[in-house]
Amino acid sequence: MATEMKVKTVPPPEVVRAAEASPLRRWAPLVGVAVIVLYCLAPFYWMAVSAFRRPSDQFSNKIIPAPFSFQNFKDVFSASNGFGRGLLNSLIVAGTVTILTLVIGMVAAYTLARLDFRFKNAVLAIIITTSMFPGISLVIPLLKLFINIKWINTYQAMIVPSLSFALPLAVWNLTAFFRQMPRELEQAAMVDGCTPAQAFRKVIIPLAAPGVFTTAIITFIAAWNEFLIALSMTNKKSIQTANVIISQFTGTTGRDQPFGSQMAAGVVVTIPLVIAVLIFQRRIVAGLTAGGVK
Amino acid sequence: MSDTAPVNTRRESKPGKARTSFNEGTARLAAVLLSPTLIVLALVVLYPIVSALRESLYTSGTKLDANGFVVKGSTFVGLDNYAAIFKGDTGHRFWTAFYNTTFFTVTCVVLETVLGVAMALIMHKAFKGRSIVRASILVPWAIPTVVSALLWKWIFQADGIANNILGTQILWSTDGWQAKLSVIVADTWKTAPFIGLLVLAGLQTIPAEVYEAAKVDGASVLQTFRRITLPLVRPALLVAVLFRILDTLRIFDLPFVLVGPHKGSVETLSMLGYDEAFNTRYGPAAAYATVLFLYVAAVAYVFVKLLGADVIGEARAKKPGGGSRRQRKRAAALAAAPQAGLTSVGGGV
Amino acid sequence: MRFERSHTRRAVAFGVAGSLVLLASACGGDSGDKNTSGGGGALEGRGPITFATGKDTSGFLPKQVAAWNSQHPDEKVEIKELPENANDQRQQMVQNAQNQSDAFSVLNMDVVWTSEFAANQWIEQLPEDKFPDLPKLIPATVETAKYRDKLYAVPITSDGGLLYYRKDLLDQAGVQVPKTWDEMLAACLAVQAKVPSAKGMSCYAGQFEKYEGLTVNFSEAINSAGGVVVDKDGKANVDTPEALAGLEELTKGFSTGAIPKAAITYKEEEGRRAFQEGKLLFHRNWPYVYALAQKTDGSSKIVNKFGVAPLPGKSGPGVSSLGGHDYAISKFAKNKATAVDFINFMASEARQKVNLSGSSQAPTYASLYDDPALNKQFPYLAPLKASILGAQPRPRVVKYGDVTAAIQDAAYNALSGKTPPKQALTDLQAKLSSLITQ
Repeated sequence: MATEMKVKTVPPPEVVRAAEASPLRRWAPLVGVAVIVLYCLAPFYWMAVSAFRRPSDQFSNKIIPAPFSFQNFKDVFSASNGFGRGLLNSLIVAGTVTILTLVIGMVAAYTLARLDFRFKNAVLAIIITTSMFPGISLVIPLLKLFINIKWINTYQAMIVPSLSFALPLAVWNLTAFFRQMPRELEQAAMVDGCTPAQAFRKVIIPLAAPGVFTTAIITFIAAWNEFLIALSMTNKKSIQTANVIISQFTGTTGRDQPFGSQMAAGVVVTIPLVIAVLIFQRRIVAGLTAGGVK
Repeated sequence: MSDTAPVNTRRESKPGKARTSFNEGTARLAAVLLSPTLIVLALVVLYPIVSALRESLYTSGTKLDANGFVVKGSTFVGLDNYAAIFKGDTGHRFWTAFYNTTFFTVTCVVLETVLGVAMALIMHKAFKGRSIVRASILVPWAIPTVVSALLWKWIFQADGIANNILGTQILWSTDGWQAKLSVIVADTWKTAPFIGLLVLAGLQTIPAEVYEAAKVDGASVLQTFRRITLPLVRPALLVAVLFRILDTLRIFDLPFVLVGPHKGSVETLSMLGYDEAFNTRYGPAAAYATVLFLYVAAVAYVFVKLLGADVIGEARAKKPGGGSRRQRKRAAALAAAPQAGLTSVGGGV
Repeated sequence: MRFERSHTRRAVAFGVAGSLVLLASACGGDSGDKNTSGGGGALEGRGPITFATGKDTSGFLPKQVAAWNSQHPDEKVEIKELPENANDQRQQMVQNAQNQSDAFSVLNMDVVWTSEFAANQWIEQLPEDKFPDLPKLIPATVETAKYRDKLYAVPITSDGGLLYYRKDLLDQAGVQVPKTWDEMLAACLAVQAKVPSAKGMSCYAGQFEKYEGLTVNFSEAINSAGGVVVDKDGKANVDTPEALAGLEELTKGFSTGAIPKAAITYKEEEGRRAFQEGKLLFHRNWPYVYALAQKTDGSSKIVNKFGVAPLPGKSGPGVSSLGGHDYAISKFAKNKATAVDFINFMASEARQKVNLSGSSQAPTYASLYDDPALNKQFPYLAPLKASILGAQPRPRVVKYGDVTAAIQDAAYNALSGKTPPKQALTDLQAKLSSLITQ
């Protein structure tokens, strides 16, 4: 994804000014921001404080954990869990799925957005149809297949099936974005001597950056959170993803639920995503300038 | 796949203008490059779907032999598995689940759309610390489903924080409206950011000039939103909503975890299929999966027909000029000079 | 035997289960033809094996396996950790069997799965003479490992319900530990009348959420009142006056408030918390609660204030439902002779003893319950022994999943007041009859 990053663009100042035009416009969004941030973060906050409680006062309804404890996090990373390795595996699988989805999906989407051919609707329909079948019904025939070709306990056994849910959304979403791009852009690029492929890479992708990076984030999160495929296709600890490891957490005795360590693991698993979003959104913002480039 | 062939043949007859050379170059490339998507999907999706369809016509494992062993092999039963879904008690359960599924889909998607668009508008505003805000809006969506369902279960416990804050003693997981409500709250929370993110991306491809022009024309905030913002983010919004509909129609985890199985007020079609498969009745389970699939397909078709012509509509509007009359009219009205070619934002609002 | 401690992972099993949809077409008629040979024949082959199990809560299992591995360097056992949730474990095992995969050799199975796995020939029939410790195991637990009188597994751990009571409050009120349900209700009234601090406490709670635990509690109520759900011949016989009396104990408990309303959402953990927080006088739960309720880290308000007794019955001690885990050998495994040895190793008195003190899981080895040192470490062993000796298994049927769902439906409807108890039992009888008659 190095190519499109070269196109640096600056948000036009008009947007900023427009937002500050009147008192209503200035304050109403801030109130809205506060409400929505609160709504989004309150349950997450609850998850975090639950993680920072001692296992012994797991069920307290106190707003602040007292005393503060890292015990749950220690439990999560205890050697017998192999959670660190699970995080790495998750990263490998989700990262590869995201890259593959973007590469394959962008090309397909560009084709669908720019070419008039007779079966375009059919292709789009076929692609989305794959998102309509209960996802569950897809795993077992694949499991059977992967057993036969000895793919069990491999990364590709998790990566390839994950494309099934990642690709349709990526293709549809990117198609919508590429179509927003004026055709004149490529024409201008080709007048300047670009090949069509270059025009796609150097002009369209950077301009569609908000869509591309949004798709990247969504794909990455979906792949990162995938559980079923990862569970079915692996039975060796060293290859299992973080979500599968979490499912194996247990309490200390009998039936007590490891709620604290599950929440701690949830916090640990969510943070890389938030960081990824923070990094990616620079790219999303870059797209603000679609109109700034001619 | 045969679908790629027309690209090549039609390339020659493509009505031209300046785009001809451009399309010629891309078409060859594109015809080749569309195939990876279709090949991958055929492998990981088409094959399983076909085998499920076949499976739904068979039953197996229902009889015991004299020694008490399950009789092996499967019997062709035609459409019996389908017929059984609609009969007697099972039929009653099916229609309840059908209603629940539809109710969840309509309620959740409407709420998520409203909230998601609001989130997007807010994230779009420029202000200090907005990257933090944007990240926090995405947090609910980033939490693994496994963990978030558990989190909500805890929140909605009899002695959980929800009752604590509300000062109520509601038993959320018991059969009834409260169970439905808890599922809706949790689902909306988790997935509104998804719509928000996609709409935000759509918003950010709208050039600032368009808003400038509207302002010069003296448009009100509401008018700007209705006449400019909404139509221009329409494609992105429709894709987001469509995929949310597809997902919510197959909703399973939340009601299952939060409320539990076999509870009439939240049982969905996916849960019925699960129940059959869990008890190793694979034929009936496949029949449920197929019925659900048909329902989802029908809803998606209606949705695209009614609202989403733009999403896949370009192929239909084959006029070489690209835009429909309306689109050209809008383009003119917006006076957004470089964007005259915005092809896909038409359609009636 | 772990019921769904969290439903979370159960949800995910959907995928696994749902996807099985396609299996029958994939491996339809030919399973059982390949590496299978009649009942219990070919338990041959030595070499490395795997052990598919939910992670041991105490983390003690790896030590047991390490002990085996150090003695058998050429026949090492590798633990295949399954999700913590019981339904997910079953799904993984079923899936493994459907694919005739040799990934799992020894299966750690909940006692209620035996019939289904045996009838489907997913597990090997075991010759009893190859398991020398079998006669020394508690007979009721061995029964759970049988299908149609043939052995398919070896019970390694057991479990029985216990009545936890607030010793301090009963003493203050001068009330004896109740043996029957009616005595228990009377004890509650006496305590609430005489002990001011007991005001506002509820009398009793078990597990009444709609899940496997409800089947356990419903069966216990009915068995304790002299009724049955499924009789000795395997026929449903639940529409009886005895069963009705048992069910009405629970429904009346709810309607009079002796059982708190919130108990309809209780699984093991919710009930334990309510008891530990001093909201309950009596509580039905498993032995694991004992150690947790005695924890001095502040999580329990009843340290040294409670006692353990057998469950209350109609006119004497009640009847517990039997829990626990059996080890079976996958039909499609390699090195089955090693698997037999490993099961014998785990079933031995020495290993069960170490396991009890290390993981506090109830053993199946009868003599361990009388071990003085262990009784000191686990003061509940004596009532637990009584509980397990008198326990009844849950219905041992091939379609256990459907049967338990039907029981939960009936019980939940009755307890939540949706259906009158009599009607619930009549409906259940009809449902069970159609499910069991095959």
